Amino acid sequence: MLPQPPNRLLEGSRLSASIVEMKVIIAKPGLDGHDRGAKVIARALRDGGHEVVYTGLRKTPAEIVRATMDEDAAALGLSTLSGAHDVLIPAICQGLLDEGLSGILVFAGGIIPASDRSALHDLGIRAIFGPGTKTSEILDFLNEVSSRKDSGEPVGVGESSQWRWE
Amino acid sequence: MAMGVNEEQILRSALQGSRRDLSRLLSLIESGHEITIPSQKSWTLGVTGPPGVGKSSLIGNFVNYWSSRGDKVAVLAVDPSSPKSGGALLGDRMRMTSADSGDSVFVRSLATRNHPGGLSAYISIMIDCLAACGWDRIVIETVGSGQSDYRIAAFADRILLVDGPDRGDIVQAEKAGIIELADIIAVNKSDMEGSEQAAETIRSSLSMDENPPTVHLVCSHDGSGVDAMMKDIENCIYEARCRLRARERLISAWDFRLLRHPELNRVLDLLETGSITVEEAVKSLSKSEE
Repeated sequence: MLPQPPNRLLEGSRLSASIVEMKVIIAKPGLDGHDRGAKVIARALRDGGHEVVYTGLRKTPAEIVRATMDEDAAALGLSTLSGAHDVLIPAICQGLLDEGLSGILVFAGGIIPASDRSALHDLGIRAIFGPGTKTSEILDFLNEVSSRKDSGEPVGVGESSQWRWE
Repeated sequence: MAMGVNEEQILRSALQGSRRDLSRLLSLIESGHEITIPSQKSWTLGVTGPPGVGKSSLIGNFVNYWSSRGDKVAVLAVDPSSPKSGGALLGDRMRMTSADSGDSVFVRSLATRNHPGGLSAYISIMIDCLAACGWDRIVIETVGSGQSDYRIAAFADRILLVDGPDRGDIVQAEKAGIIELADIIAVNKSDMEGSEQAAETIRSSLSMDENPPTVHLVCSHDGSGVDAMMKDIENCIYEARCRLRARERLISAWDFRLLRHPELNRVLDLLETGSITVEEAVKSLSKSEE
């Protein structure tokens, strides 16, 4: 019989105590072959102490929902530059709800015009990051999410909360 | 220690076929919760080898091979955590193009989280859980760059070692001992120049061994050689290496126990200042454990 394993990550293995690690899926939905941005985000989140799973290019909404479920991720980041965000993102949100994954935090990034944003926010997308966003801002966002979760506030895609990062 | 109510509920639901709760169950194990489950009969394959040789891509081929024959395939893909930030970039899923393809495939990425002794304390219970939930083929992928990495593969009942052309890494690896544990060796990227020569070099370096692993030349890109290798993987006689594998598992568990010892830091302090010898340190760490 092995001894009881540790409960959390080893003390001192993180840069600072304020950074709370989260398992995050970074996904590229649809027919969009550009993933430089997604890879930069994945790397920045890793350096911020998060565990990041990158799905690779051209994933269907169903595949993204499945990956989120199998990895038991806390958060899902969707990168889209193809203009199909208004079809793909709602499909993914619906898929998460259908699988009972309403507690997953969902955020988006890429080329998403200002006029399309409020519809996505209404679906439960908690943040939309455009070109020029500093990677530190995304880490700040995840920190904010962690502290809200700690105080019992719902931040999931299917949970009722008006909060969004703007 | 007994399981909590929540753990028991999740375990029961996972055993009844809930994929979401299986995935939660693995998270519980990963974060140190105690899950009690009877030891299961399982079919396991460890896949290891140097970075960049195509382990994940090749596992993508295995997933297709088995799932098209009606088997349910689960993959645990282990990647290292960054020692600096504690974070991890888990990219194996991206290389397994069939990872999200259907109900008969389950892929889970695991970070080593800088646990002392690696993931060794969790991997066998994860295997038992997957087997109990009806997964017929369980694959454990790990980068074979150090002993604690490849020891994870020794928790599987058969080991595939993957190499690429022009690397010579496997011949180097001979020194590290992993080659003695391998039942099958795959030289991937057979479409590239030098792959046949690489396979030949490995074969000749093994020719003096009593039970040498078979060496296969494969290409995960177009699938050539994969079917023949799969038959070999399914039929490989691994009893000869059972004891070696058991030994690696024992060392893993021992390492884990030592590195988690409550007196470890105190003993290290004494060792550092030279007030005790290594012998005495070992004695005191094994004594206070009882």
